[in-house]
Amino acid sequence: MLIYSQPLELTKLLAAIDNFLQGNLTPGWTVLVKGILVGILILAAYTLIALSLIYIERKVAAFFQARLGPNRLGKYGVIQSLADMIKILIKEVIQINKADKLLFYAAPFFVIVASVLAFGALPFGMNLHALDFNIGVFYLLAVSSLGIIGILLAGWSSNNKYSMIGAMRSGAQFISYELSAGFSLMTIVVLSGSMQFSEIIEGQRYCWNLFNGHLPAMIAFLIYLISGHAETNRGPFDLPEAESELTAGYHTEYSGLQFGFFYLSEYLNMFIVAAVAATVFLGGWMPVQIKGWEAFNQVMWYIPSWAWFFGKAGLLMFFSLWVRWSFPRLRIDLLLNLEWKYLLPINLANLLVMVVIVLSGFTLTDLFPALFGK
Amino acid sequence: MKFIQYIGGIFTALRSLAGGMIVTWKELLTPKVTMEYPENRKTLVISDRWRSELIMPHDENNEHACTACGICMINCPNGTIQVTSSSIDTEDGKKKKILDKHLWDYGSCTFCNLCVITCPSDAIIFNNDFEGAVFDKSKLLHRLNHEGSKLRDRKKEASTLDTSAKKENKEA
Ligand code: SF4
Ligand code: SF4
Repeated sequence: MLIYSQPLELTKLLAAIDNFLQGNLTPGWTVLVKGILVGILILAAYTLIALSLIYIERKVAAFFQARLGPNRLGKYGVIQSLADMIKILIKEVIQINKADKLLFYAAPFFVIVASVLAFGALPFGMNLHALDFNIGVFYLLAVSSLGIIGILLAGWSSNNKYSMIGAMRSGAQFISYELSAGFSLMTIVVLSGSMQFSEIIEGQRYCWNLFNGHLPAMIAFLIYLISGHAETNRGPFDLPEAESELTAGYHTEYSGLQFGFFYLSEYLNMFIVAAVAATVFLGGWMPVQIKGWEAFNQVMWYIPSWAWFFGKAGLLMFFSLWVRWSFPRLRIDLLLNLEWKYLLPINLANLLVMVVIVLSGFTLTDLFPALFGK
Repeated sequence: MKFIQYIGGIFTALRSLAGGMIVTWKELLTPKVTMEYPENRKTLVISDRWRSELIMPHDENNEHACTACGICMINCPNGTIQVTSSSIDTEDGKKKKILDKHLWDYGSCTFCNLCVITCPSDAIIFNNDFEGAVFDKSKLLHRLNHEGSKLRDRKKEASTLDTSAKKENKEA
């Protein structure tokens, strides 16, 4: 395999920092400093992505509704969400008299920590991967499910019937759709034979999993997108926050920064779902390459891997916004109907089909090794 | 049979969902009609029928058509207009009322147009200048007749531009 030139890749910069640290510090300190640096970077990226997502969402939503959206603060209103953040930061955190104090204050942290943990495990680009677990997919599913504890706690400790109903709905919805999301990711794990993100991405060098597994992979992709929407409580599955029935659902009683945590994590969870879908189905940060077309591949590699990653995730997020502003909200029984009577059985059958296809060698890489093989 | 219905239902649902998404996609791409106000001041079009601010048109000789009859003041449902007048003696020895002040309160006007309709001399009209916000309440009290203005001679009146504009306005 040829080595392509990758001018915009951050690999060299990272290596330089690494060398610098190792040259000047003892190994223990190097690890510590690196850990802190990575932590700061992840938190900074977390906030930045969430803020820009809030802006993008408002803008796209406006355009779907024949409006212009925020357009006053900065050119086209780009610093609107920054101003909103400052506003939220300086707002008072209101004490609720009869709330369960400890749980009430702990709840937003559960939500935000769960999403930061999941966010930290994403492969953002070549070598831009904080931790490459050999059970990456499993880890991601596990930590992203932690958030629901925060939501249930928030609903329970608020001592408010709207919050409680919202939290219960959210719990029912999350637990149901977590099954579907898990199974559809398992379908791809079967296809790529690994749970490690780096290996899953490497396996998609010449053919995305979406096409490699053709029919079952596409069904899994659809199901993952649907259940990802439902897990992040976004329309048309936003009944936990149905404002016409529940004021604001589980975060009714929260104000100021605590509300900000819920808000940020909602947007970040949307990004995480899009990023996982992009990594697992659409090749992650791997540029589009065609076997044998060296010149074309070189051109593709000029675009840095992190741009590919954010581009693919961005497309999926746009899709998610599109869906959100197209469909009306589901009723709770229809919502559970969709999961238990449709998605889950289809998913189970789909997993079986995928196993058969992989074992009998009907994936595209097996059928046309000259075109797509590694 | 049930199973066929089940599968058929999925495809019907997918088709109708896709239909909905096509509709919203078209909406995304349609040009937006929102007007961004302070930036579009130059191109802003306000309907002629829009009533913003009561004015008394004066011609180039600083003459208006108000005879100080006070009909507008009587007809105003809100007591928004105050007409004060004084009487003078003309050269041919007759007494004549002349306008001192025609005061109109922007703050209590309901823009009902009664004053304009009932004015026998067509001396007042509403203009289109809608940017009337001020920081001080006292600035809302407008004096409509200009300083040193006087009543226009009746004979010349037909030819002045202001009244013909006024007539058009009324017809509209
Ligand atoms: S428009 Fe109506 S309320 Fe306003 S000054 Fe004329 S008569 Fe009075
Ligand atoms: S504006 Fe018209 S109605 Fe009012 S006092 Fe003057 S002439 Fe009379």
